[in-house]
Amino acid sequence: MLSIIVFLPLAAAVVLAAVPASANRRVFTSSWIAVAGADLALVVAAWIGYPAGGGMAYEQQLAWIPSAGVSYHVALDGLSLPLVAVTAVLFLACAVYSLRQTDRVKSFVLLFLFLHTVSLGLFTALDLILFFVYFDLSIVGMYFVIARWGHGTARRSALTFFLYTFVGSLALLLGFIGLALATEPHTFDILAITRADPLAGDGLHGALVLLAIGVGLAVKTPTVPFHTWLPPAHTDAPAAGSAILAGVLLKMGTYGFVRIAMPLLPDTWRQYAGVVVIIGVVSVLYGALVALAQEDFKRMVAYTSVNHMGYIILALGAAGLVAGSDEQARTLAVTGAVTQMVSHALLTGALFLLAGVLHDRAGSYDMRAYSGLARPAPVFAGVTGLVVFASLGLPGFSGFIAEFQIFTGSLATATVATALALLGILITAGLLLRALHRVFLGELRLPDSPGAAREFLDLRPSEAVSIVPLLALALVIGVLPHFLLAVIEPSANILIGVTLR
Amino acid sequence: MSMNIAALTPELVLAASAVLGLLLGSWLPRHRQWLVRLVAALACLIGVAATAAAMGEAPQTAFDASYVVDTATNAGRIIVLAATLLTLCLSVETVRAHHRETEFSVLMQLAALGTIMLTGASDLLLLFAGYLLASIPLYALTGFAKDALGTEASLKYYLMGALLGVTMLTGITLLYGAGHAISYPKLAQTLPVAPQSVVAVGLVAVLAGLLFKIGSVPAHFWVPDVTEGASTPVAAFVTTVPKIGGLVAVYRLVSEALPTSGVNWSLLLAVLAVLSMTLGNFAAFFQDNVRRLLAYSTISQVGYVLMAVVVATSSDLALRSLLFYLAAYAVTNLGAFAVVAALPHAPTVPDHRGLARRHPGLAAVLIVCLLGLVGTPPTAVFLGKLDVFTATIDGDYTWLAVVAVVNTVASLFYYLRWIAPTVLPAAEPDPDTDALARAGRWSVLGAYAAGAASLILGLAGGVILPLASGTS
Repeated sequence: MLSIIVFLPLAAAVVLAAVPASANRRVFTSSWIAVAGADLALVVAAWIGYPAGGGMAYEQQLAWIPSAGVSYHVALDGLSLPLVAVTAVLFLACAVYSLRQTDRVKSFVLLFLFLHTVSLGLFTALDLILFFVYFDLSIVGMYFVIARWGHGTARRSALTFFLYTFVGSLALLLGFIGLALATEPHTFDILAITRADPLAGDGLHGALVLLAIGVGLAVKTPTVPFHTWLPPAHTDAPAAGSAILAGVLLKMGTYGFVRIAMPLLPDTWRQYAGVVVIIGVVSVLYGALVALAQEDFKRMVAYTSVNHMGYIILALGAAGLVAGSDEQARTLAVTGAVTQMVSHALLTGALFLLAGVLHDRAGSYDMRAYSGLARPAPVFAGVTGLVVFASLGLPGFSGFIAEFQIFTGSLATATVATALALLGILITAGLLLRALHRVFLGELRLPDSPGAAREFLDLRPSEAVSIVPLLALALVIGVLPHFLLAVIEPSANILIGVTLR
Repeated sequence: MSMNIAALTPELVLAASAVLGLLLGSWLPRHRQWLVRLVAALACLIGVAATAAAMGEAPQTAFDASYVVDTATNAGRIIVLAATLLTLCLSVETVRAHHRETEFSVLMQLAALGTIMLTGASDLLLLFAGYLLASIPLYALTGFAKDALGTEASLKYYLMGALLGVTMLTGITLLYGAGHAISYPKLAQTLPVAPQSVVAVGLVAVLAGLLFKIGSVPAHFWVPDVTEGASTPVAAFVTTVPKIGGLVAVYRLVSEALPTSGVNWSLLLAVLAVLSMTLGNFAAFFQDNVRRLLAYSTISQVGYVLMAVVVATSSDLALRSLLFYLAAYAVTNLGAFAVVAALPHAPTVPDHRGLARRHPGLAAVLIVCLLGLVGTPPTAVFLGKLDVFTATIDGDYTWLAVVAVVNTVASLFYYLRWIAPTVLPAAEPDPDTDALARAGRWSVLGAYAAGAASLILGLAGGVILPLASGTS
């Protein structure tokens, strides 16, 4: 069942590869939407069938390279199921959004189907090498998306992105090997290593492995000081690519922390939780402050991603801090972190698609060049306004639920850090409102770059149909969070149990 | 004296077909010389089949234990024969109906035979015989086209080979003098009590010859010149096949003749590995000529493989990772060269602009092979690298693994420099100089085969790895 969900897009890609590129582009875009829709339906079915209790479901294990301790081991639990679901939603949104894609549609669709399988695969993997394979392939896929369909200095940004994240992935690999060699018998199976807890009490070895894994995941997340690849990559990527990059690929880093770093190195995680908290707070503040200084709409959103990822890191660090606090607060922090991953995926995905609309109409992201767009494009302005409010944590949207839990869960253990991080919310609110103000209110003004249209078209149906559901989902999570939290909480509880043993 | 001919079927078939090919070629008209190539290909196939049949058997020896047939030899045979087969396929367009076509096939078979001897030699003199047999045909093949670049490369290759060959012979003399034996098992007993300085000098001198064969620093100067000067199939062969024999020979030498001697060969090899991968990478950075780029890339790849030899006696995983990496490297490197052979009018990196649109299949093979050489999953080299790194860390050489990781990252840069233009839209079409015209069916077929093999080896590693992990 799970493997069908993961490999359905790839299978579709193989079939589509046989269709000549000269065929009508509708063939590719409509089959892409059909496949993404079918996959989402399967994920919803899996969600409905997921048993309460937070354990692993839909588990499947096949021998792959037994002599090296590597197996094809997949399953879903409350930490991965929400991410799998949001991945499926986001890819469907991108498929709908890209209906109007005209530039080399076939390869575009094939590449996104490939990325779809890779992303779903990563969130279901329960084997370190399997995880690593997907982790690396996601980098390769996104490299081609940025290099081929990006604009501006796309090749340069793509190279930066590749080099940075690849360095991270290799550090990750070293850490994985270190973990596997410490386990007797050598294995890369996440559950087996969790049970064995091989590096408990081995201070130096554990610290080195955590350093390698931490750096690898931190580059992907990204946290300060490993974030410098993110703004150029986002700015130059095509809209759908940015949405996937921010919505799904960044989550691979944070998901790695809850799936690998915390349960596999519990001792070491607790020991260095203070460092993690500090990195989280620095990311929160730094991301917000730098975003404040941006004139480019996409760069600004990219830096707010650094800020939002910072909250997740802060919560995960606080959950590992030794001092005080009961288990309930820690569980709350982890639940908040996972909710934040989902919420950020939906909202930032939507924001990047909206940024794509801006670029599509007038060929620029420069906020100085725009003014008064609310008059010609009221729907666009309204949707952007709502997404921005949701993104800055307004009650009633998913962002609020996530950040509320993060702060409540972290306050007791990391009081100063949490207080500092609250400032981040304030700054983000200010800068997002300022951006709204500049772009949508006032006299109508458009950039006069050559070839730009003289009027500004409102959202097209395909754009509205792809963006509005993301917002609606964020609203549903904000108002009725129970269906999501009921899935996450038991697994977060188990994770805290493992981390504190 | 025990001959044990039966264990040597692949070697004998190869030698017989080389002789038969030479005779046939003397009588055949020029347009029918392809028969010789067919005979050579058949010999390779028979060799692979015979080896596969003998794969699970207990290790055997031949010629008074001077030649060992064990897991390493069997794996070496299969890799060498498969690589030779692939190169024969690549070379169809280059030498078809050439008046010396026969010689091309025969020389290639003899070089392959020498390489196989290197993998099995368990005796210093046989090792040297293998060295000569694996080297001399390649000097001739390098200068096969008789053009200026090829002749220069051939001369350089020969001079270096002759110099380091003599050095190697000196080393053999020293080890013989110190250990009173030339067979590895006896040396393993006598060398620990021999004067350490003599053993150390002798070992370094013997290694000099083997390092020349594998094209590792500091004996790497011929690699870029030969790769650029020789025809593409020859370049593919020279940068792939001798490495297999040379590396297995180094492994056998240090693990069977010097396992307990006081000479710290593993540190020496570790330093050489670091130098090789680092120097190869840095030199490849700004190469615009794709063959020179690949040449430096092979130098850096040798560095990674040497890591497995470094931990030959300190990790149980060493042999398995060495053999698997060699197989993975052979198909991946040949795949990259096959694409070069299929596009004879695109000698530089910018010439590959628009390849993905023009020949999507070739572009896919190129991307798979180049990313494979970096070590991106799920290709074969990824699994090889994973295994080699694991063995290295297991053998307490964690720093070496870290250096290798840093180098892998650095290598990304130049591989991506080549990949990037292939996916860009083509430049202005110019009908007069069509850089992306394909050479013909055979080299394209070879490219597809190598690319597919690189992926399959990676995905089906679970089946292959246990075969390589037998005890030697």
